[in-house]
Amino acid sequence: MNSPTVELKLPILPNMELVATQTADIIAKHMHLSEDQSGEITMALIETCINAFEHSKAGNNIFIHFIIEESSLVIKVIDQGIGFDKSKVAIPKIENKIGKDERKRGWGLQLIQALMDSVEFESTDSGTTVTMTKNK
Amino acid sequence: MSDFKTKVTAVNEVVIIETEGYLNNEGGQMVYDICIDKMASGSRKFLLNLNGTKVVNSIGVSIIIEVIEKLQEVEGKLGYYNMAPIVEKTFHIMGLSKYSSLYKTEELALLEF
Repeated sequence: MNSPTVELKLPILPNMELVATQTADIIAKHMHLSEDQSGEITMALIETCINAFEHSKAGNNIFIHFIIEESSLVIKVIDQGIGFDKSKVAIPKIENKIGKDERKRGWGLQLIQALMDSVEFESTDSGTTVTMTKNK
Repeated sequence: MSDFKTKVTAVNEVVIIETEGYLNNEGGQMVYDICIDKMASGSRKFLLNLNGTKVVNSIGVSIIIEVIEKLQEVEGKLGYYNMAPIVEKTFHIMGLSKYSSLYKTEELALLEF
């Protein structure tokens, strides 16, 4: 039997990531995840959505699948953007940003990986799928 | 249009900025603008009461890093209190706790400021 799945389609508009987090919050309650787990999912989802919006072309949508499994919540964030090479994304350190010319942004991937139990990236020049898992 | 709101008060020499809403790029910029304005008139100690901010994003927090940077130039100080657990965790992951201070309550923050 297929796992129950909630699907969202988000236009690229300001703060649409909060639509995704509200959905995630309801699903986390349904799964009896803790407040901490729910907060971690919220933050990881915000960052993944922002990355997807930034990599997407205007007029496109991003798609989010929440797959409710017995022992985990799997979230897929799919964009139709230009893709990216994860190996070329530097791990940010605040020491390299404070008082330096380095741009202050660029924390998304580090946060997503720190907050979720597993994260996988599949990226081509026609889009990226980020698959994140939070175990119960 | 951002739903982010701020209320600015002062206790002795400490500027307290109470926030409400999603700390995104617009929210971060609002906090930055307040701090720069107050720094221009001589303030050096700032506390953010984040009780009304349950969600942040890394762009908004990156702008807070810019505030820390500006305060370092004038030997100023930034702290936060009343943080939601995920906001506190995000600040730790991004390393803000190395350059600014996190407190549980306003009383504890003011004791050290």
